[in-house]
Amino acid sequence: MMAVRIDPRKVWLPGLSLVILLLLAVLPYLRPGYTIVLVYTILMYVVLTMSWALFSGPTGYISLAPAAFFGVGIYTSAMLGKALPLPVLVCVGGLISACLALLVGALTLRLKGIYFAFFTFGLVELMKNFVLWYEVKFSGVRGRFLVIRIDNITIYYILLAILAALLLTTYVIRRSKYGLALQSIGQDEEAAAHTGINVTLLKVVIFAVSAIFIGAAGAIWAIRLTYIDPYIAFDALNSFMPVLMAIFGGIGQIYGPILGAAVFSYLREILITRFPYHYMLLIGTILLVAILFLPDGLVGLVQKWHQRALRGQHANT
Amino acid sequence: MVTILNVVIAGLLLGGLYALIAMGLSMQYGVARVANFSHGEFIMLGGMITWTLRTVFGVNPLLGLAVCGPLAFVIGYLLHRTLFKRLSATSASPGIFESRSMLASFSLMFIIQNIASIGWGPEIRGYSYLHTPVDLAGAVFGANRLVTLGFALAIGLGFYLFVARTRMGKAIRAAAQDASTAGLMGVNINLVLALCFGFGAALAAVAGMLISMCYPVRVVMGQEYTIIALIVVVLGGLGSIPGSFVGGFLLGLVGSVVTTVDPSLSLVAYYLIFVLLLLLRPKGIMGK
Repeated sequence: MMAVRIDPRKVWLPGLSLVILLLLAVLPYLRPGYTIVLVYTILMYVVLTMSWALFSGPTGYISLAPAAFFGVGIYTSAMLGKALPLPVLVCVGGLISACLALLVGALTLRLKGIYFAFFTFGLVELMKNFVLWYEVKFSGVRGRFLVIRIDNITIYYILLAILAALLLTTYVIRRSKYGLALQSIGQDEEAAAHTGINVTLLKVVIFAVSAIFIGAAGAIWAIRLTYIDPYIAFDALNSFMPVLMAIFGGIGQIYGPILGAAVFSYLREILITRFPYHYMLLIGTILLVAILFLPDGLVGLVQKWHQRALRGQHANT
Repeated sequence: MVTILNVVIAGLLLGGLYALIAMGLSMQYGVARVANFSHGEFIMLGGMITWTLRTVFGVNPLLGLAVCGPLAFVIGYLLHRTLFKRLSATSASPGIFESRSMLASFSLMFIIQNIASIGWGPEIRGYSYLHTPVDLAGAVFGANRLVTLGFALAIGLGFYLFVARTRMGKAIRAAAQDASTAGLMGVNINLVLALCFGFGAALAAVAGMLISMCYPVRVVMGQEYTIIALIVVVLGGLGSIPGSFVGGFLLGLVGSVVTTVDPSLSLVAYYLIFVLLLLLRPKGIMGK
């Protein structure tokens, strides 16, 4: 009898994500117009943040490379946008980013701790300068206009599909032995290596997997941008935001980064429209407060309340 | 011959600035363990304040030193006393403190940049000061750039002597090796770390002042210098003030050589050096 009992704690989260995905899938029929643009902006940040957390969450390696992968995706669209159909374009963007991640990962994932953060941050700047140099020298342009005409609803559905694939990937990796291996790397890398885990290979592969989704998101985001140059494509903010959003949500749990990205990117959109000249000041202050007072993020806060509520119940009975 | 001399002198001029910037970050990261990504913003503040003093009040840029340095020092000191001290007290391990303080420095970067852009706007600012050409054995440079190098050397040397010869310098070196043990030996560690952070900010602002004498400045200039500072600090060896000094000149020379080939590739070259260094000698040239 015990074998068929379903643990509600294990079912409600995947169930809830499925319900949310379904709701998001019918949203364009319910609320067309600006809502779609707002929601797909949020979806884009959720994809970036979840991809970041897929690798950096369990391992504790702080990657500042997302902007580099995102930019590679954007430039894939810019250069191949006319030649390839959209779904192929998105996949190609993801694959090129993954190749870059394999290369960079193989070179640098032996580095410990903060060096990795420095290195990946430099990568963004390197790509920006390299692409700028290439464009000026060989293409004779500084920026490019994208003339692919695709409506917002298609962009929305593609981002939603990327998110669904990412959710599935994250879930499968976390539940597999590789998820456990990643966590053991985060806790003690030497001990993990001693138990027979090929730590370098695992790190490089998961780093590349996370880059696929960031690159794919970049490829579709390029179409929304319409005009791009290296400064827009390789904006370091796209590295900082996923890290900060994930920390804001709490990286201990699978849903922490999702919650953090959803709440924070919504907040960001509101702040940008209300206070266009001061929003970075407000965002910086909010994040600073969160880093100081919410070390476990929003999820930690929710858990604390939950535990307090439980304790309250016990005290009453 | 003249071209080689040209390249070398240009490299030294650039290197002096890099050395100052990197020494500042070395104080903050090497000693206080804060990987301060907002370092470049203090450079920007130094440059913009000097520009304002020069164009609005007609103050000699070199006197800006007396304003930028102390101002940045106070900001840095207070930041460590309030923000980073608290982060350090609430972090379970040094590794966690490193990540949290780095994230906090991202937020600081947003805040400082936004405040600066409210004050100064997005325009590129520049002024002309001591643009008289000076002939050095056939190679011609602006007097302002030579003054910059002189200042960088003097400040670098003075700072080195301060760290190497004074009692406070000894406390700083002890804190760089092991902050908690230094605390047990009677070093007032919170004071020392806050002073280091303040010195780091002051060096950045002074470098910003010198930069504004030679190049145009703008609110979003900080990030590039942050990266250069990170590279030089790793190049020189973490926590090693002389290492950062030498590393700065080394990178300046490389930059100058690459610039003669293609100016837009200098950051790419720095990054390649960074890659090679991290792979071959992650301790840096003077690290222990």
